[in-house]
Amino acid sequence: MSNFSNNHRALIEIRGMKKIYDLGSVQVNALNGVDVDIHENEYVSIMGPSGSGKSTLMNLIGCLDTPSTGEYYLANERVAGLSDAKLAEIRNRRIGFVFQTFNLLPRASALQNVELPLVYAGESPSQRRRRAKEALEAVGLTDRMKHKPNELSGGQRQRVAVARALVTNPSIILADEPTGNLDSKTGAEIMELLDRIHNEGNTIVLVTHEEEIAQHSQRIIRLLDGKIESDRRTTSV
Amino acid sequence: MRFFSDTAAGLRIAFRALVSNKLRAALTTLGIVIGVTTVILMITIILGLNRAVEGQFAFLGANTYYVSKWSWFERNWREQWMRPNMTPDMALRIKEESKLAMAATPLDDREMTVAFGAAQQTGVDVRGVSEDYLITNSVAIDFGRFLSAEDVRRNQPVAVIGAGIAERLFDKVQPIGQKISIAGWKFRVIGVAERVGSFFGQSMDYFVCIPYGTHMKRFGFDPRQNSTTIIVKAASAADMEDLKWELKGLMRRIRKLSPTEPDDFGINDQSLIMGAYNDLTSGIYTGGVIIAFISLLVGGIGIMNIMLVSVTERTAEIGLRKALGAKRWMVSWQFLVESAIICAMGGLVGVGFAWGVSLAINEFLPTYMPIWVVGIGIIFSAVVGVFFGLFPSIKAANMPPIEALRHE
Ligand SMILES: Nc1ncnc2c1ncn2[C@@H]1O[C@H](COP(=O)(O)OP(=O)(O)O)[C@@H](O)[C@H]1O
Ligand SMILES: [Mg+2]
Repeated sequence: MSNFSNNHRALIEIRGMKKIYDLGSVQVNALNGVDVDIHENEYVSIMGPSGSGKSTLMNLIGCLDTPSTGEYYLANERVAGLSDAKLAEIRNRRIGFVFQTFNLLPRASALQNVELPLVYAGESPSQRRRRAKEALEAVGLTDRMKHKPNELSGGQRQRVAVARALVTNPSIILADEPTGNLDSKTGAEIMELLDRIHNEGNTIVLVTHEEEIAQHSQRIIRLLDGKIESDRRTTSV
Repeated sequence: MRFFSDTAAGLRIAFRALVSNKLRAALTTLGIVIGVTTVILMITIILGLNRAVEGQFAFLGANTYYVSKWSWFERNWREQWMRPNMTPDMALRIKEESKLAMAATPLDDREMTVAFGAAQQTGVDVRGVSEDYLITNSVAIDFGRFLSAEDVRRNQPVAVIGAGIAERLFDKVQPIGQKISIAGWKFRVIGVAERVGSFFGQSMDYFVCIPYGTHMKRFGFDPRQNSTTIIVKAASAADMEDLKWELKGLMRRIRKLSPTEPDDFGINDQSLIMGAYNDLTSGIYTGGVIIAFISLLVGGIGIMNIMLVSVTERTAEIGLRKALGAKRWMVSWQFLVESAIICAMGGLVGVGFAWGVSLAINEFLPTYMPIWVVGIGIIFSAVVGVFFGLFPSIKAANMPPIEALRHE
């Protein structure tokens, strides 16, 4: 994709980003000057010890949070200048979230959970149903659509969450420790799904503790105390 | 299209949340229930009264004046009490000298016991009147005849009885020609009036009419009134205003009042009763509005409270919805719909209560509940829900997504 009107070429471009939590007596530098470029269709893992700022960085990338200082350009748009409604639209259409704790609505069926982003996208009920079914088929849950989250296993719940992240066809999937609450076998199944999604042309940013999981990606960014310690291509692939 | 699908989705979301909190929702809607019950009851009572009163007070007779020592609905009782009494013969003078009156009768009445053999009826309104009462009060006769001029002139011991009395005292024999006793005095029944029905739950068919002279001789004045009332009927509604002035002049002459003296009589008509009636309904209305306002305020604050709790409890859910692309108005819409539904259900219960209560009080107060009040009750309470849900819903909409999402 060529772009001659702008010099920001990466899909995600972060410059000098800091996030400081002021807790009165102490200040926590959750992010302490981070520069990152992530290109379209890259598959990136973010690693680092607990408290190193991985989730903070993910939330900023996902437009769920705002930095204390620094600049963030998403697809050549300066995020700090966008309205609340525009940010909601970006989260809805460009970004799909997968959380460690699944975050499904407990009283809604799998199908209804997957439909939810489409409700906010303003799709008609019949369109919603059709696309949500397709997304659930894509994650292999054709026969579990009417089930409530508490009637599903952990792996199945995370599949529902992945289907929900995919349903609006976003180009960026952000997954914060998606296998953290799963055993290694179901975790591997979820990673297979993410690999496939990547192969279909999407950009994936993944937070994980596990080297084995991180090896699925093309690039590993290691954080320590809110700073990038290393940023390398993986040995495999 | 989008609005409707969002509304439907919002309804579904809100409904599901409600079902899981049945008891709490029920308790908080109590204020709404009471408020709506009050509003609906007020409406049904006023509508019922209006219907009962519609073209009513017919028992007072159409196009009639009640000329009396007393001025109805004026508060100067002390002054009125001092006025000289009126007597039955004034009716004769009015009838003679008035050009606009088509009929005039004295009226003295007293509640007494009426008996036939072993059967008796207490609290019967025994009226001393002239033959003109038939015209002034539009009495319809079922059997026999009304009092004649001859009966009245000769002070005959004859009686015309109401349909209720006829039913009470004569279940086997024909009433006409039978002798009834009123406070011990014998009267011959010469006529039975047609059924009138009831008014404000009180039967209008328990009366007896006898010649006024006989009434005066046997029973005297009603000690509470101590004065005769004269009922005067105009030939037509168009003559009413002129008749009033004519009666005023006539009465001043009869009373021999000098031009500087005030009237010592009242010329009363149904419009005075209507005035008092309107005071009554506006009293009900004002009271109802105040009670409804207070209980809806209390109910509304209760709703606001439960919605604030609900927003706090569902902080994580709000965060998730925002992460999935919900805009502020979409989040606040969800809570507004929920609040409106809770209240509307309270409203529906209120309508149900009001219905039950209105059936119960219909025994002594006429009520009327048309179907549209159900809509009024529900819409009204939904509006309360929206109003008091506004603040919680804005609070939900303004939550920063990440803090909401972190919330456990
Ligand atoms: N809302 C917050 N308030 C205060 N401190 C926070 C908040 N969120 C995160 N932090 C702090 O910021 C640092 C980075 O947190 P996080 O990005 O969640 O780490 P990670 O995901 O790498 O474990 C931690 O020290 C954490 O305690
Ligand atoms: Mg984390």
